[in-house]
Amino acid sequence: MSRFVWPLVVFLVLVVFLAVGLKLDPREVPSPLIDKPAPAFRTTLLSRPEQAVQREDMLGKVWILNVWASWCVACREEHPLLVEYSKKGTVPIYGLNYKDDPKAGLEWLRRYGNPYTESLVDRDGRIGIDFGVYGVPETFVIDRQGVIRFKHIGPVTPQVLSEKIEPLVRKLNG
Amino acid sequence: MADLRTLLRRWLLPLLLVLAGPALAKEAEPVAANPALEARMMALATELRCLVCQNQTIADSHADLAVDLRQQIRDMLDKGMTDAQVRSYMTDRYGDFVLYNPPMKPATALLWIGPGVLLVVALTALFVVLRRRQRMAADAFDPDTPDDADDHPVTR
Repeated sequence: MSRFVWPLVVFLVLVVFLAVGLKLDPREVPSPLIDKPAPAFRTTLLSRPEQAVQREDMLGKVWILNVWASWCVACREEHPLLVEYSKKGTVPIYGLNYKDDPKAGLEWLRRYGNPYTESLVDRDGRIGIDFGVYGVPETFVIDRQGVIRFKHIGPVTPQVLSEKIEPLVRKLNG
Repeated sequence: MADLRTLLRRWLLPLLLVLAGPALAKEAEPVAANPALEARMMALATELRCLVCQNQTIADSHADLAVDLRQQIRDMLDKGMTDAQVRSYMTDRYGDFVLYNPPMKPATALLWIGPGVLLVVALTALFVVLRRRQRMAADAFDPDTPDDADDHPVTR
């Protein structure tokens, strides 16, 4: 009897491992930046190129940083949701216009709506690298002390927004 | 006169072309302004995973991010930073996942020890099975009969 039981057990263990493996998304790499201070940056605003902005200016409030670009197709997918969410006014959403032509970026916002309090310009992608960005769009929740509390890679879905981002923002603001 | 012309055509022109070679080649220079630094950059880039196209290294990938990161490594080495500093720069941002040569620590212990453990388990199982068979009586096995008479050349 045990002759058959052991191979069966081994087989079942393999099946479980493979099943779990299939469900994992290899693109979801745990970010080492979670619970770490957001990296320092110094850039300008997309709407007002003469206006400088840096990490210190953002301290004291909970905010969302959404990395986007006019060339990014997946950004269009999440955009209506961000526009809708920004209307609630619970938390300021700042954009990071990643490796984009400012003109194209502004035109994109005109066409699809602008959920952003402001968009920061990251022309050469250096800020993106500091934030560990590798798959636009990416979304960060940053707390009052400037610490990154949450990161989402890829388009924000209604589920991510209602189950992860909204509760976290409420907690951080509470 | 004719001699001079042949001399010119046979020797001077090729000579000039050969001498002009390095001058022409200069055009491609900026990329590898410093071959030693470039080699170090590529060596580092081959141990780093490109997160956009996950099964490629930063050295192999043509993804935008990989090109940017190669430039970043180049800049850092140019500033005199060590390989270890570049590696920690990458892991600070993208985690240990970017290293094709991950460090040994509790979270990666299974990765390092796992194959060895599997090997030991397999060898133990093999040993146990063989020992058990050894202790079995000879009549527990089928006698070695040829499957087919053709297997053995028949002597007539």
